[in-house]
Amino acid sequence: MSFQIKTSGEAYDVIIVGSGAGGGMASKILSEAGLTVAVIEAGGDFDPAKDEDRTQLRPPWESPRRGASTRIRPFGDFDAAIGGWDIDGEPYTHKNGTKFDWFRSRMVGGRTNHWGRISLRFGPNDFKRASIDGLGDDWPIGYDDLKPYYDKVDKLIGVFGSKEGIYNEPDGFFLPPPKPRLHELFLKKGADKANIPMIPGRLSMLTRPINEERGVCFFCRQCNRACQVYADFSSGTCLVHPAMKKGKVDLYTHSMVRKVTTDDNGKATGVSFVHKEDMKEYKLKSRVVVLGASACESARIMMNSKSKSHPNGIGGDSDALGRYLHDSTGSDRMGILPDLIDRERYNEDGVGGMHMYTPWWGDNKKLDFARGYHIEYWGGMTQPAYGTGGSMNSMRQYIKDEFGELSQNGGYGVGMKKDIRRLYGSTLGMSGRGESVPRYDNYCEIDPNVVDKYGIPVLRFNYNWTDQEILQAKHMHETFEEILTNAGATLLGTKPGPETNYGLLDPGKIIHEVGTTRMGKSAKGSVVNSNCQAHDCDNLFVVDAGPFVSQADKNPTWTILALSWRTSDYIVDQLKKKNI
Amino acid sequence: MNRRENLKLLFTGSVGTGLLLTGCSPEEQAMPKQALLAGGTKGYRTDEERQRDQELLSETFFTDEERKKLGTLVDIIIPKDDESPSATEVNVVDFMEFMMKDQPNYQTRMRGGLMWLDYEAGEKFGKTFNELSNDQVIEIVDEVAWPDKAKPEYQGAVSWFNMVRDLTCSGYFSTEAGWKYLGYVGNTPNAWDGVPQEVMDKHGFKLDEKYVPIYLKPEERGTIAVWDDEGNLIG
Repeated sequence: MSFQIKTSGEAYDVIIVGSGAGGGMASKILSEAGLTVAVIEAGGDFDPAKDEDRTQLRPPWESPRRGASTRIRPFGDFDAAIGGWDIDGEPYTHKNGTKFDWFRSRMVGGRTNHWGRISLRFGPNDFKRASIDGLGDDWPIGYDDLKPYYDKVDKLIGVFGSKEGIYNEPDGFFLPPPKPRLHELFLKKGADKANIPMIPGRLSMLTRPINEERGVCFFCRQCNRACQVYADFSSGTCLVHPAMKKGKVDLYTHSMVRKVTTDDNGKATGVSFVHKEDMKEYKLKSRVVVLGASACESARIMMNSKSKSHPNGIGGDSDALGRYLHDSTGSDRMGILPDLIDRERYNEDGVGGMHMYTPWWGDNKKLDFARGYHIEYWGGMTQPAYGTGGSMNSMRQYIKDEFGELSQNGGYGVGMKKDIRRLYGSTLGMSGRGESVPRYDNYCEIDPNVVDKYGIPVLRFNYNWTDQEILQAKHMHETFEEILTNAGATLLGTKPGPETNYGLLDPGKIIHEVGTTRMGKSAKGSVVNSNCQAHDCDNLFVVDAGPFVSQADKNPTWTILALSWRTSDYIVDQLKKKNI
Repeated sequence: MNRRENLKLLFTGSVGTGLLLTGCSPEEQAMPKQALLAGGTKGYRTDEERQRDQELLSETFFTDEERKKLGTLVDIIIPKDDESPSATEVNVVDFMEFMMKDQPNYQTRMRGGLMWLDYEAGEKFGKTFNELSNDQVIEIVDEVAWPDKAKPEYQGAVSWFNMVRDLTCSGYFSTEAGWKYLGYVGNTPNAWDGVPQEVMDKHGFKLDEKYVPIYLKPEERGTIAVWDDEGNLIG
């Protein structure tokens, strides 16, 4: 039998494009409501519980490159996210000499397979930034609208943390946090001296079980490799696969969506996609289409969904589609702690992330930038792999020899070998991750001249940081130096200056890009309404971070999950009422 | 079989992206994966990754002469001692061979540095590097191994030697012997219960009293969590 493009045939109730946090949550909620669901995923299936898929607990000698990064695994050869910033045959371009790095994962679960599991709720202020500082726009919804969903996400997926009662860092239903590691105790000492808070981390790993289906964390510090007992949150293991077991969910892998198809009335009728095996075009029909392909990919699909009824694509007349693209800010610094040279050995792997972190503590009214940042901490006796023992040409000077003299940089031999052992586990550092101000002029659009290998027009980015973000990065580095120095560390490297925007990383590097299909009350200036329903196509919904009006100084995933659940409830309600 | 079932079978089958569909039925199309992957990274790989690892493993970059030079250098950088093997004993040169192909930006710098060794050996001793005595080798290595006191004319060679040193360390400490030497005891299932008390005492740390009641207790790791309506753990 040959597979022709067919537009007839029975339809699904819902087609979901993408299987990451947003698509995964929608697949669970919509299928549990009894709807038939198709999940369309551009990559392959993946299940870390299968031994052939497992990269967890593999030592570096099971990789010929000993865990070094590759083009499709920029975070190392055992990292579970397949894709990266530069995917063969799937280019994107830039405008006006600006930079934006777009990280994509092509696999079931998407980027949730490797993310940091930092699971922070947005706080009441995070939905009302324009009212507070006059920049950007308020969300059309507030914390109270999402709180019930955050609560449900906490219980369904699991997050550890501590109840702190901080107004803009709302508490949730927490599992017990793990005790701090040694370097975290030193950093806490440094933060205390600087009057900067440092509290238990809030990460979605199961320190205790929450149900019979998922295992409990066994502390290997490798959540970025995806967990074989499902003790961390990945969309594939915790949402998509369970939904397939329970409900009527069909998963289409290796399927790259070209566009949403529409009828003469402008309603979505399904999707058209290219299957990567045979490079042929297929069509599926549904009553509702849900986009969860990631903020930029979903915007791209909407832009490419041109038809008689939507000549500029779906949402193309909003003057908002692709605009207000923004990523978190990021900058990092490290030091070496003489107190940790020659340290005792014990297994301090812990969870795959920090056991303590710093939520934003500042008052922006007294600062020269508008929005805050949180601080993530790292260090300790991590798994030796590619890179271990490196940089002795600059690091050996921090070691004192048996006569108390500082060692010479570089060298070779048994003495250097011993110095590497003495230095092991003594470096530490921190990363600031902050809120940027969304801008109309930071956007992605269709490049009229370039297509990917499936013949689908690609995105072209235009993105500039402003003084708001640059001055925030400057403040980060002042804080980093203060905490590190107070902790007793010697600073490594130099403090970045204005010539490098104070070490501010290029946009896209933090992989928190949001805002391209933002929500709002009006069909002009926003793409979807407060239920993430397209203004100009009422049976099309967006469940990734595209609808975010502003990306707080928090990681976006917990809010994606809560919003997707809320949107899914709305879809079920509207189908029942026959409104869509 | 209706169209949707056909599509479902087709797209949820075990076929990877590298195979074109040529058969008539979905069942026939689910061909077994080719056995071309021995020696590549273990764990989930795409077909493209397997293919690439296999190609890199089948190619040769270093000449025998270059391998001999590197063997000499890596064992000077990390020699055998009474607790651990030398770099060549854990096949560091093979690791370097792979990295040259995996990250080709290494190639020119590495080859250039290995050629420079013969130039320098000729200038100093009228021989090729591989013909030198141990003392003569060390004389050359000492010119380039100490970045802060090297003569300015050796700057390029110093930076090359830094790269050789880094690669040697990467290749050494990413082995079982390297882990043992460093005393790394992680990468194994366990129940984290904080820094050992004697280490806490040594550095003068005490846990914050405020958090002691809520930290994970290893004995509760088997009990399913239950909360009250306020988010307090009650079971």
